[in-house]
Amino acid sequence: MSNNPNETKYIEVPGPGKIPERDRGKRPVLEASHLGIDFGGLTAVDEFNIAIGATEIGGLIGPNGAGKTTVFNLLTKVYQPTRGVIMLDGKDTHGMNTTQANQAGIARTFQNIRLFDKLTVEENVKIGLHNSIGYHLPSAVLRLPRYWKEEKKAHDRALELLDIFDMADLADVRSSSLPYGAQRRLEIVRALATNPKVLLLDEPAAGMNPSETEELMNNIRKIRDTFNIAVLLIEHDMNLVMGICENIIVLNFGKIIAKGTPSEIQKNPKVIEAYLGNTAEGEEADV
Amino acid sequence: MLNYLISGISLGSVYAIIALGYTMVYGIAKMLNFAHGDIIMVGGYAAFCASSYLGWPVPLCVLFSMMVCTILGIVIEKLAYKPLRNATSLAVLITAIGVSYFLQNIALLIWTSNPKAFPNMADFVPPIKLGDITIPSVTVITVAASVIIMIALTLFTGMTKMGKAMRAVSEDKGAAQLMGINVNATISTTFAIGSGLAAIAGVLLCSAYPTLMPTTGSMPGIKAFTAAVLGGIGSIPGAMLGGILLGVLEKFAQAYISTQLSDAIVFAALIVVLLVKPTGLLGKKITEKV
Repeated sequence: MSNNPNETKYIEVPGPGKIPERDRGKRPVLEASHLGIDFGGLTAVDEFNIAIGATEIGGLIGPNGAGKTTVFNLLTKVYQPTRGVIMLDGKDTHGMNTTQANQAGIARTFQNIRLFDKLTVEENVKIGLHNSIGYHLPSAVLRLPRYWKEEKKAHDRALELLDIFDMADLADVRSSSLPYGAQRRLEIVRALATNPKVLLLDEPAAGMNPSETEELMNNIRKIRDTFNIAVLLIEHDMNLVMGICENIIVLNFGKIIAKGTPSEIQKNPKVIEAYLGNTAEGEEADV
Repeated sequence: MLNYLISGISLGSVYAIIALGYTMVYGIAKMLNFAHGDIIMVGGYAAFCASSYLGWPVPLCVLFSMMVCTILGIVIEKLAYKPLRNATSLAVLITAIGVSYFLQNIALLIWTSNPKAFPNMADFVPPIKLGDITIPSVTVITVAASVIIMIALTLFTGMTKMGKAMRAVSEDKGAAQLMGINVNATISTTFAIGSGLAAIAGVLLCSAYPTLMPTTGSMPGIKAFTAAVLGGIGSIPGAMLGGILLGVLEKFAQAYISTQLSDAIVFAALIVVLLVKPTGLLGKKITEKV
């Protein structure tokens, strides 16, 4: 394998190429092949293959404990994979840590919200903006014009991002005092602030009511369209998954059991079996 | 009476500056840097050498001392603490104690155990006379320095991107990292700032109590740690409040009760406060997330 991290490489992704029409011909923004991780003797994820188009919305579903969040942890380099390759925007992520993976273009939210509770809403977003704020320690200490200019820019950008979810008026509120749904939205804004090429959402609709979920679906589409990025989401709410995902991967016991468009997945007997057990003949996988 | 109060505030302000360093490092790196007191001692020696051997003017001596300590802090963090980033806190604590003894013994080798007479580096400010009470120049400078440092630190952590990164790292290292924050660089910066403050504390401490020995830093270090805990460790105003309270208490105990018992009284006060308010005076209750 070449040691040049900037060299563009294509990897062969097994399985049917299901990248949406508009993204074909462009390099997939996130590719993983033969990805796997063992914890001790236990194989948590094995033979995971994925290719996400530059502006694709993908879904990752599966029963509890199937290894969905483990996949996210692998893709964001929280775990180093035991096997396989992850290519992020054409760069091999081998040897990267989470910070470097983020800077290479991947950002995420968390299943159990992990906002910085003691920081305000705006400050949380500014943590995401950290690497795009262009001043160094001396200009901060001496309060040089550059500091003020860059802080102003960051402030404006933070409000602009918060405005996607109509949260700009909450900028000075401590993030811990936001209602649950708003905390989930803020996590998305914070991840977007890092200027990613692909955004991973770990159960973004958890705990939301149907109308909030509806709004979230519109917002995810809006994010994809305004930022021109790919989205990969884990979700149990099938209305959301079937409603916005162009392609879905189904995981069970750490392995991919099905790949396809929402309608293909809904009809797939293996998926129905994984969700409902093999007695559930004819029932819909509405979990 | 008023004299004791003034010298108490003066001593307390030095404790406060040291405690600010403790509290910063604890708040962000979640570790007790027990070598912090010894960095003060190194700062004292650095300023002493620059002044007595090289004959440099006071501002240069202070700057030199700050530079030495900042670099020392970064190096200690890199060599001793960084490899233990994921180790148990007990391992880090023991290492910190090891570093503390290491620094003391290195100082013993270089400067021997003979006390050095430290020049008063604060006498460029005239003492203030209020009626029949004179506030010595060291006191004026120390109090001013501690207030300025506290305000500067508050502004720094609140209004700069590095400060915000520090607060984010202190809350959730993993999430901060996933948002693109370089945690190692952030912790390094914290050590640099804490150690730079230790240098200032060293110069002020030695200006007020002009005997410099390899063990000079250890007692004030422990007292300042006590002050940080008393005020609520991790809290900047807490460190300030704890430092000044402790200094005043110590001076009053020396004056009215017993010189020998003053340290015991100071630590007893800590125990009482922690019994009543385990998180310290300004500390916030930490609720574990499930």
